[in-house]
Amino acid sequence: MKIRKNIAVSENGFLFDPNTGESFSLNETGKQILKMMKENKSEEEISDWFSTNYEVDKITFENNFNDFITVLQNYRITE
Amino acid sequence: MISLPFFKITELQNNTYIKKAILMKPKYTIAVTGLNNTDNPGPGVPVIRALREANAFDVRIIGLAYENLEPGIYMENITDKVYQIPYPSSGSDELLERIKYINNKEKINVLIPNFDAELFTFIKSAEKLNKMEIRTFLPAIKQFEERHKSVLPEFGKKYGLDIPFSKTITKLSDINNIQYEFEYPVLVKGQFYDAYLAYNPAQVTEFFNKISAKWGVPIIIQEFIRGTEVNVIALGDGEGNTIGAVPMRKQYITDKGKAWGGITLGDENLIKITKNLIKNTKWRGGMELEIIKTHADKYYIIEINPRIPAWVYLAVGAGQNLPEALVKSALGEKVEPFKSYDVGKMFIRYSYDLIGDISQFEKFSLTGEL
Repeated sequence: MKIRKNIAVSENGFLFDPNTGESFSLNETGKQILKMMKENKSEEEISDWFSTNYEVDKITFENNFNDFITVLQNYRITE
Repeated sequence: MISLPFFKITELQNNTYIKKAILMKPKYTIAVTGLNNTDNPGPGVPVIRALREANAFDVRIIGLAYENLEPGIYMENITDKVYQIPYPSSGSDELLERIKYINNKEKINVLIPNFDAELFTFIKSAEKLNKMEIRTFLPAIKQFEERHKSVLPEFGKKYGLDIPFSKTITKLSDINNIQYEFEYPVLVKGQFYDAYLAYNPAQVTEFFNKISAKWGVPIIIQEFIRGTEVNVIALGDGEGNTIGAVPMRKQYITDKGKAWGGITLGDENLIKITKNLIKNTKWRGGMELEIIKTHADKYYIIEINPRIPAWVYLAVGAGQNLPEALVKSALGEKVEPFKSYDVGKMFIRYSYDLIGDISQFEKFSLTGEL
C-alpha cells in the first residue's frame, strides 16, 4: 500500500490532495503513519515502530491501522 | 531626456548618459463589460485587475456598464472611465452606435465582452468593430453556436467527449415526457443562466416557469451526473493551441451556485481534456469548462462557457495572466503558451461596502458616463 506521489502533507499534519482539492487534518498518529508510508516502510516496520514507541500491542495497533488504511483508500489517498 | 522606442535615456549632471533598463511599455485602451461584481459576479472586475498587473503593457480601462449600480463603476482603481451601454436586446445597431461614440472619444484598442448574452452580438459585429480599429479575441460564430447547452450532446459526439444526455423543451406539456427519457432527479437549465435540480415533474414545472419568465425558452433538461464539479479556465489561440489552462474546484458555493471560494487542482486529466477540446475545435478566446468528475473517474462536460469566468483572478494568482495573454493575442502578438501553474492556490471572495455619493450616481444616471 502506497501513498499517492502527489499527496502533500505539511509538518503540522495538513494533508492536501491536489487532484480533488480536498484537504484533511491528521492527528499525531496519522501523521506518523503517513510519514512512514511515504518513506515506503512496510506495515510490519510501522507496527514495530508504534509498539516500541507507544503503549500499544501489535494486534490493537494493526486493527486500528487497517481501519485507517480503509479511510485513506475511501478518500483515494493511496495508490 | 531622450526617449527611444524601448529604452529611456536619462541625462545626468555630468553630461553622461545611462541607459535605464526600463522597458518602455506600450499603453493600451481596453474596454471591458461585466462590472457587476455582485453575489452573481461578472468577470469584468477580475479581468481589469489582471490587466492592471500585466507585465507587457499599461492600460487605460474603459468600463462598459448596462446598469447604473454595477459595483465596478464606483470601485477605486478599477476603471478610468465608465460608459453606460444599451442591452444587446435593444438591437446591435444601437449598441454599435454607442460603441462608436465611445470609441471616438477613447480610441479603444481591445474590447473584452464578458457576458454570455452579449457575446453573439459582439462576435457578429467583429468586422464592424475591426473597421473602428477595435480588436476582440472571441470564438468564431460556429464555435459559439455548436457548444450551446441545447446542442451540447451533438458537440460531445462530434468531438468524442462525454456529455450528459439532454433535451430541450419549449412548453409545459413537454414535461410529461421527461419521465420516459430521464431518471429523476434532472437538471433544469436556462439557455444562458440558471440551473436547478428537480426531483419530480412538479418541480420541473416550477423551474420551467421561473427560468422561462427570466430568460425565455428553450429550457434544457439535462441528465444529473453524480460526482464532484470541477472547472477549467482556458485560452485558445484559434489555431488549436492552448495558451493557458487552470483547473479549479469550488470550495464554497453560494445559493446561486457561484464559487465564493476555490482552489487550483493538479489533475492532469482536466488539462488533457481541455487541450484536446481546444485542439479539435480550434477554439479562439477565453472559455470555461464545467465538468463533473464521477467516483469512477469519468469526466462529463456539463457546460462550455465561451468567455472568461468570474474566477479568472485565481488563474492570475496561480501564475497564468490569461487576460494579458488574451489582449496580446487580440493585437496579433505571438503569445508563448504558459507551461505551468501553482497547484493549491486559493481564492475567497468577500463583500465590502463602498461609500459613494449621490452625485456620482446622478452623473452616471443622467449622462451615462462617469
